[in-house]
Amino acid sequence: MAEKNEKLSVKRQEAKGSSLAESTTDRKTYVPSVDISETESSLIITADMPGADESSVNITLENDLLAIEARIDEQDLAGVDDHSLTLAEYGVGDYYRAFTLNEAIDREKIRAKIKNGVLGITLPKAQSARTKSIPIQVG
Amino acid sequence: MLRLTRPVWRFDPWMDMEGLGREMESVLFDLSPKGERKYPLINVFTRNDDVVITSEIPGIEPKDINLSVVGDTLTLKGSRRPDEVVNGRKWHRRERGTGNFLRTVRLPYNVDSDRVDASYQKGVLRITLPRAEADKPRKISVKTEE
Repeated sequence: MAEKNEKLSVKRQEAKGSSLAESTTDRKTYVPSVDISETESSLIITADMPGADESSVNITLENDLLAIEARIDEQDLAGVDDHSLTLAEYGVGDYYRAFTLNEAIDREKIRAKIKNGVLGITLPKAQSARTKSIPIQVG
Repeated sequence: MLRLTRPVWRFDPWMDMEGLGREMESVLFDLSPKGERKYPLINVFTRNDDVVITSEIPGIEPKDINLSVVGDTLTLKGSRRPDEVVNGRKWHRRERGTGNFLRTVRLPYNVDSDRVDASYQKGVLRITLPRAEADKPRKISVKTEE
């Protein structure tokens, strides 16, 4: 275990800013950590959202704004019954993060899955947006 | 105030709510080497006869977590694997770390290791550690002799 924790760390950031209206409840909203990658055919977003499952996640794509949000169960926020919290290193709360997509996406074919608190979204590029080499003619 | 070195299990969570935070800091401390980033982060919930630890470790398989308890020490070991290699993949952003982790936590009392229960759901690990029977405080009645 020589290389332990080298690349593993947790950044807990509370969501703020213009994209998110201020909350009127005492629930906290966190920004999930994400990986974004691209292949020739699609854009892939992977987000760490521990505590979220298929029933709590909501993904919306409006124009070019992709928003990911999750509302954590009341029960998971409450902690452990009959116990007192004696050490808190992380906060539990909802998630919100939004991205501006630079490319045309084939909306009909967006796929999302969540497993073990990790959300994966595959956004296939629209046919017209795929890289095409344009032959240049010598005139 | 005279402060004797007292056994850690004497700590009573209900006794002194004010000093709770400070008290726990000395009772429950992290044995990781200094300067190392803590992973995974934990929340600790206590009551008289058990401790519940929750930890957010998204994206691992339950079989990749290795838990062991010796006396009053819990060791959490595992690894978060990188995603499968996809041909022609270009990374724009990588915030999710991968790698091995190891964390050791000292609990406020000895634990009955046979009754430790752990579950992993939605990327959250939850470990229930019951206090060892032999470690529970015993009430001693004082008799008077006539």
